[in-house]
Amino acid sequence: MDMPIPDAAIVAGKDRIVARLNAALPPGTVISDPAETRVYECDALAAYRCAPLAVVLPRSTDEVSATLKLCHSMGVPVVPRGAGTSLAGGSLPTADCVILGVARMTEVLEVDYASRIIRTQAGRTNLAVTGAVEEHGFFYAPDPSSQLACAIAGNIAMNSGGAHCLKYGVTTNNLLGVTIVMMDGTVTEIGGAHLDAGGLDLLGLICGSEGQLGVVTEATLRILPKPEGARPVLIGYDSSEVAGACVSDIIKAGVLPVAIEFMDRPCIRATEAFANAGYPDCEALLIVEVEGSPAEIDEQLAIILDIARRHDPVELRESASADEAARIWMGRKSAFGAMGQLGDYICLDGTIPVSQLPFVLRRISELSDEFGLLVGNVFHAGDGNMHPLIIYDANAPGQHDIAEALGTEILKLCVEVGGCLTGEHGVGIEKRDLMTYQYAPDDLDIQMAVKDVFDPEWLLNPAKVFPLGASASRRIAAE
Amino acid sequence: MIADAGGPLRIIGGGTRGLAAGSGEVLSTAGLSGVTLYEPGALTLIVQAGTPLAEVEAVLAAEGQRLAFEPMDYPGLMGTIGAPTIGGIVAANVSGPRRIAVGACRDFLLGVRFVDGMGRVLKNGGRVMKNVTGYDLSRLMAGSYGTLGVISEVSLKVLPIPRACLTLMLDGLDDVRAVAALSRALGSPYEVTGAAHLAAGAHRTLIRLEGFEASVHYRAERLQRLLAEFGDWWVEKDSPAWQDLCNVAPLHGGGDVWRVSARPTKGPMLVARVPGADAVYDWGGGLIWLRVPEGTDLRAALGPFDGHATLVRAGPGTRARLSMFHPVSQPIAAIEAGLRARFDPRGILNPGLMTPQTGAA
Repeated sequence: MDMPIPDAAIVAGKDRIVARLNAALPPGTVISDPAETRVYECDALAAYRCAPLAVVLPRSTDEVSATLKLCHSMGVPVVPRGAGTSLAGGSLPTADCVILGVARMTEVLEVDYASRIIRTQAGRTNLAVTGAVEEHGFFYAPDPSSQLACAIAGNIAMNSGGAHCLKYGVTTNNLLGVTIVMMDGTVTEIGGAHLDAGGLDLLGLICGSEGQLGVVTEATLRILPKPEGARPVLIGYDSSEVAGACVSDIIKAGVLPVAIEFMDRPCIRATEAFANAGYPDCEALLIVEVEGSPAEIDEQLAIILDIARRHDPVELRESASADEAARIWMGRKSAFGAMGQLGDYICLDGTIPVSQLPFVLRRISELSDEFGLLVGNVFHAGDGNMHPLIIYDANAPGQHDIAEALGTEILKLCVEVGGCLTGEHGVGIEKRDLMTYQYAPDDLDIQMAVKDVFDPEWLLNPAKVFPLGASASRRIAAE
Repeated sequence: MIADAGGPLRIIGGGTRGLAAGSGEVLSTAGLSGVTLYEPGALTLIVQAGTPLAEVEAVLAAEGQRLAFEPMDYPGLMGTIGAPTIGGIVAANVSGPRRIAVGACRDFLLGVRFVDGMGRVLKNGGRVMKNVTGYDLSRLMAGSYGTLGVISEVSLKVLPIPRACLTLMLDGLDDVRAVAALSRALGSPYEVTGAAHLAAGAHRTLIRLEGFEASVHYRAERLQRLLAEFGDWWVEKDSPAWQDLCNVAPLHGGGDVWRVSARPTKGPMLVARVPGADAVYDWGGGLIWLRVPEGTDLRAALGPFDGHATLVRAGPGTRARLSMFHPVSQPIAAIEAGLRARFDPRGILNPGLMTPQTGAA
């Protein structure tokens, strides 16, 4: 993975840069000791590492503004960081950058239950947002699997999803307003406790812009009343075509399950060996969960089970108790851990039209044979967001490259069938060079033109999202 | 046509909103009509921008599906003729009462194809439910009123039509009590899909439930109990009130009409600042349609508040004096101007529509 050559003048000027940051910020805010900056050398895409020049951990919007203003005046690139859980390398540093981490900004600023909103500093973790409101029966809906650790700032930067977005949507559908600091230090508000901010939808533009347009320091989020209850069913099929058809029929029938999860045979077997959840050894397994009162759940499940039976399942398991429900989920929730037992893995994130599911699964299996690496599939079937896991051995010479090449083929396949490279993890550096498969040069040019407006000098997270070749003229012109 | 344009262009879909944006040659999307792809099992529809809304809705209804964001029909309110197009709906991000539960038009926009001010054909997003590949320009295009580009094709998420719909109704609540009742309903687990209060006339408060038969009856009964302190709510099946509300029927006729978006609980306080106004509250109090005497400067009457006011219906004199869109802060205005300069460097697409001070009014 290529990264731009660090600016030698900036690297050489480290002492002066750190001194100016220290002078402008409270003690303990700036980290510059190489032993400590190393902690920030990577995010959850741990195959790529580079220690930053320095790390700044502000506690307020004013401190973020002061940091950006200084870096802007000195021409120092800034890489924003939430909790560092990006699977796409969204917060991978360069040697000449300042990491701007918002992890200390965790305060809840306001909760208004009557208007159903929370306003929080953006470093607060996803789960802690729900934690702040659950006593009153509310929750924050987007639930990425890293929700215990990941920060709202990162969720906004990547427009994170989760298992329940079939019903509740992703971050952009639950974000009402932000306080954002521009690269030159300008602080501004977009949106608020009202719906649909006026003017152009800059909020929608910022959400998912991977920290390239500004640094979000505070967010107003929609909170929802918790459902009365939820219950899953497990359905096994001996063909993924049939399982795909079942998913489609459930959706068409007008039931809106809160989640439809899909696991294929390699993943089921790994999970069984690891967690022993009692899953059937079959080609495709669905977990469908619905919400409501007990009677409402019964009504929806009756429809789903009726559809499932018409497709001739090899297994149909209902849950009569919380314990049985937990057992149905146990295997799915330990799937990533189970696959991890088989070796190192790369987790992909392409989305495909649901109708293409059987074809794509068959092609992935063929590619898996061709490249000689095991691929397990566990994903959100209702919305077509796939997570193929490519198992490899990081210590075997060349295997990481082979695994990456296989990943590239699978993502190209997703685009070919009408889907996209990434459904919820973001582009970062991981899918940066594949963007030309999804978008024509003009399509990328207009996106980069948006960055020109927000960050004319291309100092904010500059080496991400766009292929380095495509962004080179802009990055160099800005220097 | 855009690449060769020598002067400003007025982009027209169905022409139902009566947006008289200065002068210029008319560019109509009427020739771009028809469904490109519809997969009911994937809840996906791709359609040409000039397709009439009624045609889109008929295609979906045949499969028991619909546009869940409940786009309104403007002609009644605006006194215009013409049929709304799907491209116009997206360009103005038109969303009805169900927006409170399921999201706005732009939340259902999966992807868009558009032509920028230099005539380049561009695409963004796609046709899948989850997509974070690059910047979300689709959302930016939704609500840009044709000022950043001319939308030629949209890809939308659609949803099944629920089997049953019940409405709880109560007359006589004052605005503050009504919004308190709506807040309590929306804060319950009963998945309310409409929450409105008609402050004019009977002071009727409306709460909508949609879903499976047994479920909506259960929820209606629960809500009647939960909201008993406000009065005895009665229940109506398949009430036409929502269609009327969606089209703002109570405010058809004379006077200026404004659309105010605010924090739901602040709605009644804002309305109280405008004595004599007719108010229709939607979105649990967060959206207020206000009818005021012709020429009223509503923004001056409301004073500063967390939200924005759009002038929807007014005579030419008022329009010349008051901008349609709420003024934005200086940093936002600078970004918006920068975006327009990139998407439409010659300033020919609906010039001045969203930024009257720089337009050719």
